[in-house]
Amino acid sequence: MLKIENLHATVAGKPILNGLTLTIPTGEIHAIMGPNGAGKSTLAYVLGGRPGYEVTEGSVTFDGQDLFALEPHERAAAGMFLGFQYPVEIPGVSYLQFLREALNSQRRSKGEKDLTGGEFIRLSKDKAALLGMDAEMLKRPVNVGFSGGEKKRAEMVQLGIMDPKVAILDETDSGLDIDALKAVGHGINSIMRDPKKSVLLITHYQRLLDYVTPDRVHVLSRGQIVRSGGPELAHELEREGYAEAAA
Amino acid sequence: MTALPTRKLEAYRYADIDALASVWTSLDSPARVEIAAQQKLQQIWLPSGEEVDVRRVEMVLEAGAVARIFALNNAARYGRFELDVTMHEGADFAFYGANIGGGDSTLEIVTTLRHVAPGATSHQMIRSVLGDKATGSFLGRIEVAREGQQTDAEQSVKAMLLDRGATANAKPELEIFADDVKCAHGATVGELDKNQLFYAAARGMDPATARALLLEGFVGGLWDEIEGNDQGIAEVARQALRKVAA
Repeated sequence: MLKIENLHATVAGKPILNGLTLTIPTGEIHAIMGPNGAGKSTLAYVLGGRPGYEVTEGSVTFDGQDLFALEPHERAAAGMFLGFQYPVEIPGVSYLQFLREALNSQRRSKGEKDLTGGEFIRLSKDKAALLGMDAEMLKRPVNVGFSGGEKKRAEMVQLGIMDPKVAILDETDSGLDIDALKAVGHGINSIMRDPKKSVLLITHYQRLLDYVTPDRVHVLSRGQIVRSGGPELAHELEREGYAEAAA
Repeated sequence: MTALPTRKLEAYRYADIDALASVWTSLDSPARVEIAAQQKLQQIWLPSGEEVDVRRVEMVLEAGAVARIFALNNAARYGRFELDVTMHEGADFAFYGANIGGGDSTLEIVTTLRHVAPGATSHQMIRSVLGDKATGSFLGRIEVAREGQQTDAEQSVKAMLLDRGATANAKPELEIFADDVKCAHGATVGELDKNQLFYAAARGMDPATARALLLEGFVGGLWDEIEGNDQGIAEVARQALRKVAA
């Protein structure tokens, strides 16, 4: 599904990713863990195509396509979802309006018809209910006045509405209390645990992995994958720290 | 007939005088609107569709009168909405206006609000969205006479520039002779937020759709206070935004 080969990337001229290689097969959930500054968020942004993140070497193939030949919005339409560590606030634009425009943009690029207002409202209500979010919140401006937990739940509702093939989730667990963490875990499992889908979970801590069991765990250090293992590797990291595990 | 103004006149410093000359004969005396005491008026000013769209209105609000004006300035070459308002005791005036333009259009909203008696309130909200080489201006003068105690006047002016060649001018001007008044004004000029644009792109919005949506959010609040079911101006504004965002 997602094949990253020898990826090098710089931010403001500074090398952050230094030859990262990773394959996430269809139907699997992989976690990337690593200390601050290892390049975790850079990896997410490079995959999402954020301006300012420059790929200097290497390739990424997504579902058989050259990912870097696609603009950010084309990557979303091709079935990639980027979950944000800090979801952005957009005053004056309601969540319903935002998501309807986004989903219909994706549908148009695939030659599908726009969803009608009624169809979209039903879809968003279903997904909000699935994630335990009050659908009334979707009438509010995007993320404005949302708590940290509400923002991340809203990211999960978006994940449900977009129903992607692959989700890159960048520290979706940061700043969450236990209830919100459970809700996010439930969201990932119910939407993305599917033989046709894949997930790349980027996280600092093992605690989200109590709710979402990864097929593989990778340790990122200085812009490279330095160790890979099964779910037990997350527990080892939690016990011994990154310095030890990456040595 | 009054002579054609020149740019030496403060209220015309950003005007397109050549364009103005083409319509001046029909404009040299402003239209006059009087709102009787305790009466209420709502007006929605849609673009005329002409290349040059100039309106000059003098409005008088008698005691306790209420006026709400919603205006969309979107002429292809030159749009000028000029409004001179005199407010008597306890009158309540609000103006919600947008300059939306691209190309090399010149759009301006010029208001003079005269608080001549006690206790009148005025509220002005102006949003400009300017692309290409367009110029959008707001000149807002508020005069509070010695008799205008307990005046409450507020002006909020924001502009969004989409291209390097676009220009926004904001010129608040307060002249206050009373000592117990509230006059607030704020003006900002900015551009679309890169984080918001990337967030929208990551959810699948193509750049033009994303820009148009963010701009709708920027301008949208202008039409919230419209009474009745008349949201036609919101739709015309949306179309204008899609055009400048494309």
